[in-house]
Amino acid sequence: MSSHTPEKLAYMVNQIARNLALDPDPVGMVAQHIQDFWTPRMKHMAFALDGARLDPVVREALARLAGQYGAAAAS
Amino acid sequence: MGYERQADFGTPEVRSDTQVTCTIDGRAVTVPAGTTVMRAAALTGGAIPKLCATDNVKQFGSCRMCLVEIDGMRGTPASCTTPVAEGMSVHTQTPRLQKLRKGVMELYISDHPLDCLTCSANNDCELQDTAAQVGLRDVRYGYAGENHLDQPADTSNPYFDFDPSKCIVCSRCVRACEEVQGTFALTIDGRGFGSKVSAGLASDSFLSSECVSCGACVQACPTATLQEKAVKEIGKPERAVVTTCAYCGVGCTFRAEMRGEQLVRMVPWKDGKANRGHSCVKGRFAWGYAQHQDRILKPMIRSSIDEPWREVSWEEALGHTARELKRISEKYGRQALGGITSSRCTNEETFLVQKLIRAGFGNNNVDTCARVCHSPTGYGLKTTFGTSAGTQDFDSVEDSDVILVIGANPTDGHPVFGSRMKKRLRQGAKLIVIDPRRTDLVRSPHVAADYHLPLRPGTNVAVLTALAHVIVTEGLADEAFVRARCDWDEYRHWADFVSDARHSPEFLEPVTGVPAEALRGAARLFATGGNGAIYYGLGVTEHSQGSSTVMAIANLAMATGNIGRRGVGVNPLRGQNNVQGACDMGSFPHELSGYRHVSDAGARALFEAEWGVKIDPEPGLRIPNMLDAATDGVFKALYIQGEDILQSDPDTKHVSAGLAAMECVIVHDLFLNETANYAHVFLPGSSFLEKNGTFTNAERRIQPVRKVMEPLNGYEDWQVTQELARAIGLDWNYTHPSEIMDEIARLTPTFSGVNYARLDAEGSLQWPVNAAAPDGSPIMHVDGFVRGKGKFVVTDYVPTDERTGPRFPLLLTTGRILSHYNVGAQTRRTANVAWHPEDLLEMHPTDAENRGVKSGDWVRLASRAGETTLRVTVTDRVAPGVVYTTFHHPATQANVVTTDYSDWATNCPEYKVTAVQVTPSNGPTDWQEGYEELTRRSRRIEGGAMEAAE
Ligand code: SF4
Ligand code: SF4
Ligand code: SF4
Ligand code: FES
Repeated sequence: MSSHTPEKLAYMVNQIARNLALDPDPVGMVAQHIQDFWTPRMKHMAFALDGARLDPVVREALARLAGQYGAAAAS
Repeated sequence: MGYERQADFGTPEVRSDTQVTCTIDGRAVTVPAGTTVMRAAALTGGAIPKLCATDNVKQFGSCRMCLVEIDGMRGTPASCTTPVAEGMSVHTQTPRLQKLRKGVMELYISDHPLDCLTCSANNDCELQDTAAQVGLRDVRYGYAGENHLDQPADTSNPYFDFDPSKCIVCSRCVRACEEVQGTFALTIDGRGFGSKVSAGLASDSFLSSECVSCGACVQACPTATLQEKAVKEIGKPERAVVTTCAYCGVGCTFRAEMRGEQLVRMVPWKDGKANRGHSCVKGRFAWGYAQHQDRILKPMIRSSIDEPWREVSWEEALGHTARELKRISEKYGRQALGGITSSRCTNEETFLVQKLIRAGFGNNNVDTCARVCHSPTGYGLKTTFGTSAGTQDFDSVEDSDVILVIGANPTDGHPVFGSRMKKRLRQGAKLIVIDPRRTDLVRSPHVAADYHLPLRPGTNVAVLTALAHVIVTEGLADEAFVRARCDWDEYRHWADFVSDARHSPEFLEPVTGVPAEALRGAARLFATGGNGAIYYGLGVTEHSQGSSTVMAIANLAMATGNIGRRGVGVNPLRGQNNVQGACDMGSFPHELSGYRHVSDAGARALFEAEWGVKIDPEPGLRIPNMLDAATDGVFKALYIQGEDILQSDPDTKHVSAGLAAMECVIVHDLFLNETANYAHVFLPGSSFLEKNGTFTNAERRIQPVRKVMEPLNGYEDWQVTQELARAIGLDWNYTHPSEIMDEIARLTPTFSGVNYARLDAEGSLQWPVNAAAPDGSPIMHVDGFVRGKGKFVVTDYVPTDERTGPRFPLLLTTGRILSHYNVGAQTRRTANVAWHPEDLLEMHPTDAENRGVKSGDWVRLASRAGETTLRVTVTDRVAPGVVYTTFHHPATQANVVTTDYSDWATNCPEYKVTAVQVTPSNGPTDWQEGYEELTRRSRRIEGGAMEAAE
């Protein structure tokens, strides 16, 4: 089944990171945001995203979160 | 209950710390200093005859009916203009006074048609009552002399008539229009005998005048001169029930005045703490939709959206729906189900829908239409202050010295509060308006903005940061407040950020389009002008940086010490009547009622104990994510109560694709709305007149909604949800919404002191109502922020990815107008269409000329997402490069054009910024035509002659 969802999720999480870029702890904030607002399915899809499309802050945040969910983030 | 007019104390209530005592006809009475003799007498129960005075407007002293005698004072002063003094002794009934009053009355009556018995105001007329009160039985002057009896009536307004032959020129209407509404539509023309009331220019009728049909003059009129048409048609009301308007977040309370099961009129309730006796055209007059012939009263089902609807019994509809939900849950998993709660329904109904999803469907896939309006408010204010709500009550505006309005148009969107704000502005408060459009507030009779910053759409954060830059770098911040109440290190970090030269108004001017000097002036005024209050609306939230903008507003309020007392604060103007309540009740997929995150084990445990089920600790899907998941094939069933997501949500094509991919869409509504085109089950809803419950307005005020007539469809909405819950196996047995509120109070710490008995006794309560605030909380964060220390958040300006370019060179922004409400499903079914028959595109003269279009022409409005056609109106209210339209009519499909960009934190759609092109056109687009055909086909009802019309 074709789906545009991964592209959308990549866009969304990069957008979150851009808006939190100047926070004292951007990685922690992005991870917390995904933790708080995304469903498990969206989280697992995010872990599987191609890291090349992601902001470095996002990559780090997803890696941190993936650990908590017993998944590995692709990078 | 028999029918009685609401008590009229003659002159307005006075606020004073000093009390004075006087005697009236021998009875002692103590009142605030400044109170009139008339009001004091009325408070003792001894009403003095009056004609030109009424307690909604200031006293005028023209009719000489209210004369009294006062010991030690010469003559017979008018009681409506004489303030009581300590020790004063007043006589209201003496032979001398009786004679004088009778004489005055005779003069009035001699120029008044004596057709009382056939007059529609018979037995509900102050002139008649006063004549009886003064004992007038016959008239000496006769009718042979000159009179006004043959003047024609003005019936142009769809809701009320003006019959000048009955006018006594008391000017109550004129003063109501000025003082209460602030529109200044009426004048008294001429002098003496020739004087008469008129709506604007001689050529004007009420409909063509500046009149906004608020009804204040009709309410103020003591005679049948200004009267609701419905009273003429239906007759005088026999009973009255106090209830709450179901249109906007102001939450006006009304007396629903009934004759049998028929609603005759809605009269603003003077004891209503949100509206203080005022109303707008929607709540006052536009309730006809509730009995409109398009209402669907029987449940309907169909197995595919290509089939016609089939009317079935409630039992069959609910049984079928339950089986479908079960089948889908078994086949695709329980995460394939979800629901949407309504900001139009009551707190109790909303609470039950999210309970059905959390306890019955077994997931957190519940969202609400606040997603598309005020979700950034929830996020932003919770992050900075610790609570997802505005900080003030409406009365607070009476103490504001500087009012900053950003991205809101209160005179259209929140008219009754808009009128109260204008009243304060006429008293001298200063005004700053930040809006791409020159809204009415910027310049209207006796109100002018001190600063209007016409920013480019999408640059709110840049403008707010520039304001903060000026305040911090010019040393205008209230550091004492910040040190006492906020986290100082976070403040320093923020202050360094805003002080950076790249945030100066001069540097940002090319980005925002706002002249730097004006911006500096506005910043200085806000920081130094006294009590500063910020009011904002959807022009703040509906952006890709909606949440950042809300936080930038909160930063500004904290930095200037404008939090925690009357006259200040951060005030989101909520769109729909119960947006606040829907959010409070746990309608978001990540929060239980009272804004507790689903990952909070303690909060979950409370619900698990009460409901006897496990609550999913992971957040559920938001509306846009539900639609994505549906197109991915993993989300299959949706229960939608009282919302029309197809029309109200952005990127219509995406919404319709998502809905079309589902197997069971259940629409629970009054009408076959646009979303119902994609539905498999239709459950008829009940109107606000047909149910009990509560709404919570923008000031956190919980107010009763009372059933004034039986539901036409047989059930109140909460009963339907309960039956659906029972059909899927939940053992729910509520017998009255008060029991649902009791459950809410048990489970929600901010509601623990709320119950129906208290609401009935006190009229309304503002949450939090609990042990810490037993009488509720008109103003929040008084001694400290709910989260402890106020949090400054750095809000960097991140431009939206929606950019103009050669193909789409204009920016489209959207809004609403006074006479219509949201997607218009209700107001379009009332006579309000007289004011706004279609959506129009506002365009600056320069842009119009470049494209060769003029007012009235059809144009094609195209964006990357889609295109539509509508007619243009050329105006310099919008800046060059900006176009504006409303979204009240489905034929326009303005949301075919809006994109799916959204707020970074909440996915609230970016309605306020879309890059578009406008070109001349000669008719509807293929999409509009195709959509019309789909609508026609999907509204067919089997065997019914009826094809529900839109
Ligand atoms: S209806 Fe309202 S706006 Fe119109 S004339 Fe009366 S008071 Fe003024
Ligand atoms: S229209 Fe009614 S309120 Fe206005 S001046 Fe005439 S009688 Fe008074
Ligand atoms: S201001 Fe809002 S709540 Fe008040 S009458 Fe108008 S629509 Fe209803
Ligand atoms: S009521 Fe006092 S002068 Fe008219």
